[in-house]
Amino acid sequence: MARASRPTKLTRKLPVNGVPLQALASMAKPSAAALVRRAPFPLRPASIPQGVEPLPPVKRTGADYDTAWARRYPARAARVLLVEGIVRPAMDVLAAPEVRGLDRLGDLEGPVIFAANHHSHVDTPLLLSVVPEPWQHHIVIGAAADYFFGTRVTATLSALVIGAIPIERTRVSRSSADEAAELIDDGWSFLIFPEGGRSPDGWGQPFRGGAAYLSARCSVPVVPIHVAGTDRILPKGKSVPKPTKTTVTFGAPLRPTDGEDSRRFAVRLEAAVAALADESRDDWYTARKRAHAGTTPPLQGPELGAWRRAWAVDDRSPKRRRQRRRWPDLG
Amino acid sequence: MPRPGFVLEVDRSTPPILFHHGEGFRLEKLPAGRSRVLYPAEPLPALRDPEGAIRHALANPMGDSEPLSALLFPGMKLTIAFDDISLPLPPMRRPDIRQRVIEQVLDLAAAAGVDDVMLIAALALHRRMTEAELRHAVGDRVYEAFAPHGLLVNHDAEDPDNLAFLGTTDQGEEVEINKRAAESDLIVYVNINLVSMDGGWKSTATGLASYRSLRHHHNVRTMRHSRSFMDRHSSELHHANWRMGKVLRDAGVKVFQIETTMNNDVFGAEGPMSVLQKREWEWSAKDRATFLAMKTGLDRLPMRARRRIFQSWLAPHQMTSVQAGEVEAVHELTTANVYAQHLVPVEGQTDILTMGLPYICPYNVNSIMNPILVMCLGLGYFFNLYKGRPPVREGGVLILSHPTTWEFHPVHHPSYIDFFEQVLSETTDPEVIERDFERSFAEDEWYRHLYRTSYAYHGVHPFYMWYWGSHALAHLGRVIIVGGDVRAVRRLGFQPASTLQDALEMASDVVGRDATITHVHNPPILMADVS
Repeated sequence: MARASRPTKLTRKLPVNGVPLQALASMAKPSAAALVRRAPFPLRPASIPQGVEPLPPVKRTGADYDTAWARRYPARAARVLLVEGIVRPAMDVLAAPEVRGLDRLGDLEGPVIFAANHHSHVDTPLLLSVVPEPWQHHIVIGAAADYFFGTRVTATLSALVIGAIPIERTRVSRSSADEAAELIDDGWSFLIFPEGGRSPDGWGQPFRGGAAYLSARCSVPVVPIHVAGTDRILPKGKSVPKPTKTTVTFGAPLRPTDGEDSRRFAVRLEAAVAALADESRDDWYTARKRAHAGTTPPLQGPELGAWRRAWAVDDRSPKRRRQRRRWPDLG
Repeated sequence: MPRPGFVLEVDRSTPPILFHHGEGFRLEKLPAGRSRVLYPAEPLPALRDPEGAIRHALANPMGDSEPLSALLFPGMKLTIAFDDISLPLPPMRRPDIRQRVIEQVLDLAAAAGVDDVMLIAALALHRRMTEAELRHAVGDRVYEAFAPHGLLVNHDAEDPDNLAFLGTTDQGEEVEINKRAAESDLIVYVNINLVSMDGGWKSTATGLASYRSLRHHHNVRTMRHSRSFMDRHSSELHHANWRMGKVLRDAGVKVFQIETTMNNDVFGAEGPMSVLQKREWEWSAKDRATFLAMKTGLDRLPMRARRRIFQSWLAPHQMTSVQAGEVEAVHELTTANVYAQHLVPVEGQTDILTMGLPYICPYNVNSIMNPILVMCLGLGYFFNLYKGRPPVREGGVLILSHPTTWEFHPVHHPSYIDFFEQVLSETTDPEVIERDFERSFAEDEWYRHLYRTSYAYHGVHPFYMWYWGSHALAHLGRVIIVGGDVRAVRRLGFQPASTLQDALEMASDVVGRDATITHVHNPPILMADVS
């Protein structure tokens, strides 16, 4: 009984109790915003006269954020330093990436679209550190406008550090596609996660048509990439990374065939990434046999209940070591 | 459009000419008025879409062969054999041509549901390839899919349980090849034709053969009757292999041959080595500065460091053609494509032939060029890079430039050491060597053990190196090596000289004072078409 009454006593002891809220407000120190508001014009914006139609507010975040400055030489030089000096060493420690399939890019020239599966925020810096030259420092990344460009601070950091451009994922936007296409036409390569967001449960999501559309529109190949292991470093919902080995597998470049629309090309792209996933789990020849037989395990996993999908994620990774049960030594 | 090879007549305005000199270089002034230099053609353009070209070749085979996809079926036994570390030279940058071809062959096999697949490095009596070398040749994907299961192996020419005797030719030559290959429903042979000697029936009849079979054409008589072995129709070596190919065919061995040719882009158009691919009067100020810096630096480095630098060079060779199908039809076209890159028309023979030998030959990749290999490269390979007649007249003089150090790789070339110490100290006559010494080396259990379990060339291999040069030895009046280790050169039976001027002076004893001189500016490779 004594324990049950303790919370009540603690509450009574708190200094806030019994003090009127207005008095509290007067005790608080004025914020910077409040100081600005109190400042006279022209230190603060003039108030709008009555009867005057105010101009619509200019939105400078989200899909409207202008990233052109981040592709000028000072910003690019800073990004090279950041990638080489911080991102790459950090990824070496955190992800220890094993990179496969770079030889498949040997015949490629000019800009390309890299399309990868997406498990974690680590995917982007990891791919930035392993994409080979001549694309590595001449690449832009399609990042969710609502997430990475939500505020001026995150937008500036995203544009500077990872060379991101905002891509609308909540609605169909022609301006995002136009900007990406213009950059590709200017010789920039493009890294995009066609799933549109990180995997919520370790399985893939259907590929959207953005990469396929850009490939057809700009006549550039798409390089499928499979990233394995980043879901264990920093899965969705976690904030503390856990170092784990990763594998990045680059696939052979794909181009849309005659008469193939973006949706069908996106399906083929997803199948290519699924085949790379199979290749990274098993050997290449076995994966090729399954690909030809149409039995490659899909990226999206089985259509089961949530807990069974979660169990199937664990079964999918034979390399993952499970804790061996130790029996007590009974002599 | 690349410029063809040509013959430069040396006059007083001709600059000093580049001589390769092992892991270094020399610039030599040739006498004006009586000298000429054979320059190789510039690299032919590479295939724009090599993957597409391979796909097309597999689907549209030559001769009476069906497309590869029609030859593959579930439950079949498929063997893919491929050329070993001796090709190409220098090793090429990734992806290797073999990897490109093998991946496409395997992709078709996967589509056909073929489970029983084995890959064999067709190395005959060469040393086994290491894991790194195999990975470089076939790629990591193929290596990791097959090697851990024991399905990617080096051919073992001394494994009695894995050799199949298939019969004898009409001239009594025994044909014995790898049993797995012989018993397969299909052998797909993946070849790289660096020079016109490679490919054809030589791929299977030599690459997958045993010593019992190889000795019938790797001998002094065959080599002396191959004029030259770079010209298949005049080569006794190839006649023997073609006879063996008939035995293979009659025994039911089915071969789908895939041959590729490559351009002679050995040193690239960019970078410090590119100067070696340019004609001397076209060296820019940057090229000259690069060359001087490179030569000065190399001359000051210890041999070990120089060797490491050169052996790490990966050439930017690129594929110029790929053809597949029936062996002989494929090889005819392959040879024509090789000739398109290599042949340089030359009028008449010369009294003195000069050559600068580079750091590499087929048998010292990632290894040491020992004196026997110097002899083999100069008198075996470079001397035989001709069609028609040798560029030097009978009784003429061959002047080679190479350090010829008394050095051997103890792991790769153990029997070479004994051959150099025991055999060459007694005689350099190929016939005597063959008669008195070959058998004891070929059947030595220790060499056999090292060949099978370590990374050693077969015990008989140094003999074959000596036989490669037997045609040149019989043809030439004298062989002089410039800048070589004096004791090693003398052991080879040749004459040492400190400078090219000294060598020319010594040659005048044989061919007179106004002898004509021809220098072969090789590498990049060229082949003299002597009229």
